[in-house]
Amino acid sequence: MRRMLSFANRTMKEILRDPLTMAFGLGFPVVLLLLLSLIQANIPVEMFELTHLTPGITVFGLSFMTLFSAQLISKDRTSSLLTRLYTTPLKATDFILGYLLPVIPLCIAQAVICYILALILGLQFTVNIIWAILMIFVPSFFYIALGLLCGSALTEKQVGGICGALLTNLSAWLSGIWFDINMLGKAVKTFANALPFIHAVELERAMVRGDIKVALPHLWWVLGYGIVIMAVAVLVFLRQMKKQ
Amino acid sequence: MKNAIEIRKLTKDYKDIRAVDNLDLEIHEGELFALLGVNGAGKTTTIKMLCCITQPTSGDALLNGKSIASEADAVKKIIAVSPQETAVAPNLSVEENLKLMCGVHGFDRQRAEKRTDEMIEEFKLDRIRKKKASKLSGGWQRRLSIAMALISEPQILFLDEPTLGLDVIARSELWDTIRELKGKMTIILTTHYMEEAEELSDRIGVMKDGHLLATGTAQELKEMTGEEKFENAFIKLVKEGGAR
Repeated sequence: MRRMLSFANRTMKEILRDPLTMAFGLGFPVVLLLLLSLIQANIPVEMFELTHLTPGITVFGLSFMTLFSAQLISKDRTSSLLTRLYTTPLKATDFILGYLLPVIPLCIAQAVICYILALILGLQFTVNIIWAILMIFVPSFFYIALGLLCGSALTEKQVGGICGALLTNLSAWLSGIWFDINMLGKAVKTFANALPFIHAVELERAMVRGDIKVALPHLWWVLGYGIVIMAVAVLVFLRQMKKQ
Repeated sequence: MKNAIEIRKLTKDYKDIRAVDNLDLEIHEGELFALLGVNGAGKTTTIKMLCCITQPTSGDALLNGKSIASEADAVKKIIAVSPQETAVAPNLSVEENLKLMCGVHGFDRQRAEKRTDEMIEEFKLDRIRKKKASKLSGGWQRRLSIAMALISEPQILFLDEPTLGLDVIARSELWDTIRELKGKMTIILTTHYMEEAEELSDRIGVMKDGHLLATGTAQELKEMTGEEKFENAFIKLVKEGGAR
């Protein structure tokens, strides 16, 4: 346990000390929330109401957590530090948990900051917000698993393209955060519904409304994706570890 | 004299290439043994197998009686590696890097503090203990890298090209450090620098195409080849080793 925690502590420090983490991980969702609230104040749109927008932004912010963890893992894979650590008594589970666990508090912190800002901007406090913050653990699990998978399978350069561009765009456009996905037609809607992004956003929105009945089907989608991606990620990580 | 390392018919195949071919070698306890060879000779693969990073295709090696094939966990507790490139966590300070290694070796807080202070004093790192590793010069990074390897008080230390890329002063300082370690533990050093092997090692092994061509002191290898200079002795051994 102590071994894993030491490695996790290092992962946390590496991520937090990267200025891009603060800028994109925490700063960007905050800027988006401010900007869209400003638009809402001038041209009221139902989509940009804080009860609707804030849960979406907290989920969108998680795509940056995928990017940061994938970047760290892929960078580590090419470094001698990992070679050194492979010669220590650290086990495969220590490496996997050491990469995954430190990202969870970052995801929660990101959601807390978004909700605090939303409360300042006029979101009415209800206990459902606490439940939504706690429930962010489930989408976080999916996004963190995706980080482990991308970091284990891709090079640092590929991570930048796939997680930095493709994933953030998928997470933005196919999640229904900024516009109603029905506007894009039936085919896109079906495609979006087959992916976890829209379900993660709808899960959080339902939690904010306190609508557990609506939340549950979305929860299973996100959890299912999370479990499958995590299983694949662990296999790929172990394969890479053996290969190295 | 007791053997710290006993290598028996160690072989490693990569697809259609045999990187190490039936290697037999004994290294005495407390000895500094240098492994020399041109690129692709099999030095790094041998070290990787001895450090349990790579599984041998066949054969085995006993490190202080523990098998790399069947007791990797036990071997990892008694060895330490300073890899070819500087293996430090760049965003962690000197002190944090040392504590990371204490943590991954399972030291409790008190022991970690004690060992960190000892290594900082021994390697004269006090002036830079709070400095991020990425901000250090190449020589200081390499010194930190060796301190990180020694923090677990290993019985066997692997130094892979420890002075590669260092300027003449940094190299000389690192030689002094390595000299001070001699006798305290068994050291296996790989290097491309002939003068480094001649200056530091008790015995030298020359490898080519996965085979061990010769072992002996620098003086013995010179006498064996009839050369006055060690570099010439090495060239003669490798050239006369023939294409296998």
